[in-house]
Amino acid sequence: MNYYIFDRTLDGLLTAVFDCFALRQHPVTLLTRGSQLPLFAGEPHTVTTNGEKASRVWKGLEQRLSAGGLRIITLSWLSEEETLYQPLFSYICKVFRQPEGAASIERNASDEDVLHVRNTCRRVLHESQRMKQFIRFQKAKDGTYLGVVSPDHNVLPLIIDHFEDRFGDQPWLIYDAHRHYGYYHTPDEPIVRITFEDETTLPFDLDSGKLNADTLSSDDELFQQLWRTYFKAICIRERTNPKKQLSDMPRRYWKYMTEKN
Amino acid sequence: MLTEKTMERLRILAESAKYDVSCSSSGTVRSGKKGMVGNTVGGVGICHSFADDGRCISLLKVMLTNHCKYDCAYCINRRSNDIPRATLSVSEIEEIVMEFYRRNYIEGLFLSSGVVRTPDYTMERLTAIVRDLRTIHRFNGYIHLKTIPGATKELLTEAGRYADRMSVNIETPKEESLKALAPEKDHQSVFLPMSQIQQGVLENKEDRKKFRHAPRFVPAGQSTQMIVGATQETDRDILTMSATMYQQPSMRRVYYSGYISVNTYDPRLPVLKQPPLVRENRLYQADWLMRFYHFSVDEIVDDAHSHLDLEIDPKLAWALRHPEAFPVDINTADYERILRVPGIGVKSAMLIVNSRRFNRVTSYHLKKMGVVMKKAKYFITCGELTSSFSQPIVGINELHPERLRPLLLSKTQQKRAAEERQLSFEFLP
Repeated sequence: MNYYIFDRTLDGLLTAVFDCFALRQHPVTLLTRGSQLPLFAGEPHTVTTNGEKASRVWKGLEQRLSAGGLRIITLSWLSEEETLYQPLFSYICKVFRQPEGAASIERNASDEDVLHVRNTCRRVLHESQRMKQFIRFQKAKDGTYLGVVSPDHNVLPLIIDHFEDRFGDQPWLIYDAHRHYGYYHTPDEPIVRITFEDETTLPFDLDSGKLNADTLSSDDELFQQLWRTYFKAICIRERTNPKKQLSDMPRRYWKYMTEKN
Repeated sequence: MLTEKTMERLRILAESAKYDVSCSSSGTVRSGKKGMVGNTVGGVGICHSFADDGRCISLLKVMLTNHCKYDCAYCINRRSNDIPRATLSVSEIEEIVMEFYRRNYIEGLFLSSGVVRTPDYTMERLTAIVRDLRTIHRFNGYIHLKTIPGATKELLTEAGRYADRMSVNIETPKEESLKALAPEKDHQSVFLPMSQIQQGVLENKEDRKKFRHAPRFVPAGQSTQMIVGATQETDRDILTMSATMYQQPSMRRVYYSGYISVNTYDPRLPVLKQPPLVRENRLYQADWLMRFYHFSVDEIVDDAHSHLDLEIDPKLAWALRHPEAFPVDINTADYERILRVPGIGVKSAMLIVNSRRFNRVTSYHLKKMGVVMKKAKYFITCGELTSSFSQPIVGINELHPERLRPLLLSKTQQKRAAEERQLSFEFLP
């Protein structure tokens, strides 16, 4: 067994694929920098991330996979899960080891690596759908709408198109409290990705996602109250089903949701 | 300007509207437009929240007024009920919709109303709201509009230009029970607006072939709803009615609403301790079988089985009645036959037919793909689960359905079904 150490970037992983073919070393176990080496392991190979090698591998993938297959790879990468590294690496190697003209392996769900990557991609898409559902905006005095989230996966890049299309005429800021960045939209201008140098001076609270009272628009509290009233009124008491509610709206999303606070 | 009173009115009218099941914001894709607010996403729509009863909140479901001149036995808003009554003003509804939408609380509006004065008068006011939303407030989100039976066709046609989906509820599959419960209504009053919407949709389709930018008419089609458990109709009556409904090209969804005893004093209605939730669930499962699993209604219910089995789901029930259709060989059978195996859904069936081109699919793979092997293993052969293997397989044909059935029953489902059957279904003469 050969051990490769890489730097947790997608480029690094693609470079590792390049190296393992260049050095003719199979199979390869992928480790991350700083992780414990297994017992009796030989000298590991440290992958030096190289943009050129990575883009060569990516070009190769473009020739061998459909657009949907490539999308599955990029989407699954947004999961930021360490358990994805090895299956994704093996999957990409398998793509290159396929004989010419064979049916593309991307649709083979009976292959464990392919299935793992596909399932990871599905979870990322599921969470991006949940963000579209559960983001709640508050209106600030200057008319900006603020929504704070902290998703498990890095899904913000996947949802801003939806919000730009829907709320194109209002300025909004969606901020990822966990990853410390956000997207800011103003009408008729391109979306900008923003980070704050000093998060302590922000006009909103990162833990609760609430705007400070002096920046909150004057009628916002009324609409929040209306929404809570509506949320209570629409429930049919005879059918109370907390299990179903929790499976569709897990508790970890509640902290930023108006109706649950 | 909105006040505390608005909040009270919204509460009353939401509570009046909540027994309408339909909530989906699906069926139409319309991207955002310059100068307008919102879009619709299509697909399965977006559910923005889930209430404590587990039902999704996608649209702001509210009535314009809960004053009603009708006296339908099953309805909370019937004339003879002593409940708080309220009416939201047109501007109040519009402001709430726009402000909720901008905060990403809702996907759009689901508007219905009690009938005041005449059907035309009521429909006119509903139409005015959707027209204002679209033309003055430039609202581009989803609008589901309830049709008032008895309104003229012109009003319906105008409303249909602004609404995404329209619906009229059939309430009961048999006309005589509808007449018994709702003396002012009959099936004619339901089917007429339904066919008018249908006609509008079809005409619009023709128009759009000639003029690409012709305004769309009810692009998300129509839906309807039936009450379950308030009358003596069997599941067969209900499902046959839904199958007929789905034959109309514009009918997208039939909803089933487990009857909740809201008017306990009415002798025409049964007194239920709890709504028939299991039965409602089974009906939805049967509905899914018809829409996504290529089942016809006669396969799900027939003369001998006019009610769905409460303890097991309708697909499993079908499989137990038809042992001759099994075992299905996962590696060679058609997609349609794989779809009929209990424990295999649309997604896993697709994964199976895609994967078996590469290698033989085994039960290990099936498990990984998400197939419920606890059920499926009795109905399939695959890889090692063949009769040539040293260990003889135990499938439905070896075990016989009557001995297999107890193996597949889950304790909790049995308990729920038993609880529901115990409920007093007393129809007083």
